[in-house]
Amino acid sequence: MWRSAISIRHLAMRQTQTQHGACDEARTQYSVLSARQSLGIVPCAAWRLLLLVAFITLELFEPTVVSAADPIRPPSNVKVEEIPYRGGTSIKVSWDLSPDDTTDGDSRVEAYEIRFDQVPKPFSQIESLAFRFLPGWIWNRVWRGRGSSFVMRLQTLPGARSIEPSKYYDGSSFDGTGVDSGSTFRVSVVSIGTDKARSAYSNAVTFPRFRTSPQTAPIDKSWFALVVILVCGTVIVCTELARRGKPFYVRPIAGLQAIEEAVGRATEMGKPMLFVPGIQDMNEIDTVAGLTILSSVAKTAAEYDTPIEVPTTRSLVMTAAREAVQAAALAAGRPDYYNEDRIYYVTDEQFGYVAHTCGWMYREQPAACFYLGKFYAESLILAETGNAVGAIQIAGTAETTQLPFFVAACDYTLIGEELFAASAYLSGEPAQLGMLKGQDFGKLAAMVLVVIGCLLATWDSILPRGKDAQGKDLPPRTQFLRDEVLKGG
Amino acid sequence: MLDFLNTLDRRWVFLAMGLAVAIPILLGIGATEQPTAQTQRMFDYIEALPAGSRVLMALDYDPSSEAELTPMAYSFTRHCCLKRHKLYFLTLWPSGPPMLDKTISKVVLGEFDSSGRPMKYGEDYLNLGYFPGEFGAVNPICSNLRQSKSQDSKGISLDALPMMNGVNGGKDMQLIVNVSGGYPGAKEWVQYGSTPHNIPMGAGCTGVQATQLFPYHPDQLVGLVAAIRGAAEYEAILAKAYPQYNELRWRDGTRRMGAQQWAHRLMIGLILLGNAIHIASRRGRGRR
Amino acid sequence: MQKTVPVVIAGSVGALMALAFFSPPLLWMREKAEEWFTILAAIAMLLGGTNLCVHHLRRISDREAGWGFSAVTLLTFVITVGVGVLKVGVVPESARNLDRAWSGGYLQEGGAFWWMFQYVYSPMMSTMFALLAFYVASAAFRAFRAKNFEAALLLVTAIIVLIGQTPDRDFLPEQLSFIRFETLTELCKKTFVTAGQRAIMIGIALGVAATSLRILLGLDRSYLGGDE
Repeated sequence: MWRSAISIRHLAMRQTQTQHGACDEARTQYSVLSARQSLGIVPCAAWRLLLLVAFITLELFEPTVVSAADPIRPPSNVKVEEIPYRGGTSIKVSWDLSPDDTTDGDSRVEAYEIRFDQVPKPFSQIESLAFRFLPGWIWNRVWRGRGSSFVMRLQTLPGARSIEPSKYYDGSSFDGTGVDSGSTFRVSVVSIGTDKARSAYSNAVTFPRFRTSPQTAPIDKSWFALVVILVCGTVIVCTELARRGKPFYVRPIAGLQAIEEAVGRATEMGKPMLFVPGIQDMNEIDTVAGLTILSSVAKTAAEYDTPIEVPTTRSLVMTAAREAVQAAALAAGRPDYYNEDRIYYVTDEQFGYVAHTCGWMYREQPAACFYLGKFYAESLILAETGNAVGAIQIAGTAETTQLPFFVAACDYTLIGEELFAASAYLSGEPAQLGMLKGQDFGKLAAMVLVVIGCLLATWDSILPRGKDAQGKDLPPRTQFLRDEVLKGG
Repeated sequence: MLDFLNTLDRRWVFLAMGLAVAIPILLGIGATEQPTAQTQRMFDYIEALPAGSRVLMALDYDPSSEAELTPMAYSFTRHCCLKRHKLYFLTLWPSGPPMLDKTISKVVLGEFDSSGRPMKYGEDYLNLGYFPGEFGAVNPICSNLRQSKSQDSKGISLDALPMMNGVNGGKDMQLIVNVSGGYPGAKEWVQYGSTPHNIPMGAGCTGVQATQLFPYHPDQLVGLVAAIRGAAEYEAILAKAYPQYNELRWRDGTRRMGAQQWAHRLMIGLILLGNAIHIASRRGRGRR
Repeated sequence: MQKTVPVVIAGSVGALMALAFFSPPLLWMREKAEEWFTILAAIAMLLGGTNLCVHHLRRISDREAGWGFSAVTLLTFVITVGVGVLKVGVVPESARNLDRAWSGGYLQEGGAFWWMFQYVYSPMMSTMFALLAFYVASAAFRAFRAKNFEAALLLVTAIIVLIGQTPDRDFLPEQLSFIRFETLTELCKKTFVTAGQRAIMIGIALGVAATSLRILLGLDRSYLGGDE
């Protein structure tokens, strides 16, 4: 904020010099001509007389035109208005110029200063009591800045009639001064003279909703919120129904049914297995879904006593994977199966990780490879290497760009939502299976919206809505669905 | 013969692909492309911006996708410099800063320093460097980037740079240009940056990402330049508008298209060969 | 208790993140939660680095098969960290800081770390990425075979898109010039692929919502090792 004010002030100074330079120019011109005259360049006596008169006029009349004793006058008619569609963060302050701010070169105004006073909120009853009875040091710590007023100043060039303060502050300036978003401000403007004298304050305008951050509504994206509540509500209802014994059919997922086959194959061949839980961190839901499947794979592997290697790209994933495998080994009644050396961090680097994992695959020749999580360009390299070593491969990702590669190179692929359904499917718990049913409601809602959208668009194309009274095209019927419902509302 | 082809060692395929890529590169065989509508729109948007507009150049890629994305990053930067737009370079990738440095030294300094109107650091272009936080960094960059960073990549205070006067973040830009090598990239910029803050955005991306970004064009992306082919198209449009860039040395994407086309031809051949082997084997089994 | 506390933390922070998405007054809490995750993830780097050293030192001391790779990994790890932390070869960038040898950036052009990035890391990453071209060719040769109806559809689509990407797309005779591979390619990419992707993405979004709900409500604890 102050940086901007300084730079604006700098500009103001430069401009002031230009505007007030008329007298200096006249003086300079006079002295140059005098010098020339002495050299005999301007011999005419009339010139000499004219310049002398000009000089005397400037010297005599300048002090009387602008008297240092006269106070500089403030601007008037200050107005504050909110700039629409910017969430209340942007206001425009405008004013009528001070009578001393003229454009004929004699302006006495160097700058305008806009002053914002944060109006302190009235004390609540508790605060009033606290103010009366609490020791000062506690009051200052707890209610610091609560009763004080904050003043923000901005300066503009002379001749400026308005300013948008949001262009000149950044959030940190406000944060540092304890301004509350949504505070009431009193705005006034003062003229600053070329002699640094300050005028009286203009009329003050109170502006009640000045915000330091956008988005004023307490609830945003209302349509989206409604959809989320409906989908999540249905999921919870289905879970409850499943808990009470209502049977739900979940279609078999080939990739998950193949897990036992893959573990059995590795056991028969006496070779290890590889599990890659993606290359992202725990904040990716794909990684969490991958780890839930790891839990199930590790349980089966522990029962068969087939070693499983889990190299990870993130150390948090490594920790979670260790937890999952250890618990699975315990659940299988084989606590000695767990070996933390087989679950380790390699590197965060995508292709460094690929180099390590592919190298391990060529050396150890795993019999089964699982790629379940978030994958990017490394998906095909891993899957092709697994194919080259003859491993049975099961992959799953929600990254749509990588699905074709897994489909081409792996034996089984969990496509998108199947990866997330896997945990519920493998657990076999009614509550979790009920949740899968709840998802179907969301799909139904999506299908209904698609059909409604198609019908409306068709209607629009066959029978357009025509024009309004002003002759403008009326918006298509799909607009509400597209702009309000689907974009969140 | 059929047995040999049926059990063809994949290394023969690798060798064929190596030759299909290497020969056009070594012989300098390039290929121009007819611009698609989405590439043309990207060019038109940058071209139509008034001179001196603020453009946020987010180069989110690393050395692994450098070969595919550098030509378009250079073209976008070159075009913006020609239009005298103010460029704010940044990256969300930890290994991205060298990509910024390369683009700046090759295009901004290398091509425009010797011109009559060189680009000045802090006035015409700015390197904001790496922003940590992956997708989480996008929103703060757009709303108020000073909260995330108070200095540029050289350690100069943002307050001391004339280009940052009156600029708080992406919302003060006239355009976001993102060159995206994966995650975080164009998708995240659309979701957390340009759409919520209503900032026009154009993107360049790898071929794999293109299908993911098509749904955003043209509503949320003013233009989309996809892969080497897109870069070659952009170069062709740029060369038409600014003939001094018609020479092949300015057109990395065009030069690399040759290798890509021969690789595609090889793939078509391999797919046909694979199917021929498959059909022949099935017939052979049927006879037996 | 060991499982309850993480579930409570996951549930409350997750609920907060979801609420903050809809309620801007809670945005600052969401931002704080994200900051905490960043801090935790940064601290976890130490955990990762320690694990890397321990794992490879054990492999070397046990003389496991391939222990030489572990030695190379450890050596390069130490060199990279050392060169980066000590800013080897970095010079002060500003004339005011000539007496401060470490004032330059660690990735400064000409510095040892920059050299390693430029001439070791960068070519290695490009090489690994370039391997994709070879694997794509090998996968296409093997996978795009018309074994059944669906595979045949995939094959035809692949051929159309690939031909549309080459200059040979107008190879058909005059009589068949109405078949334009470029148009067909655009049709495949923008209509069929985009429609299919959107359908998959709707399923994924619902799957993510349901999985998140399971985790937030503590119904699914398998990522923590279950209830055992």
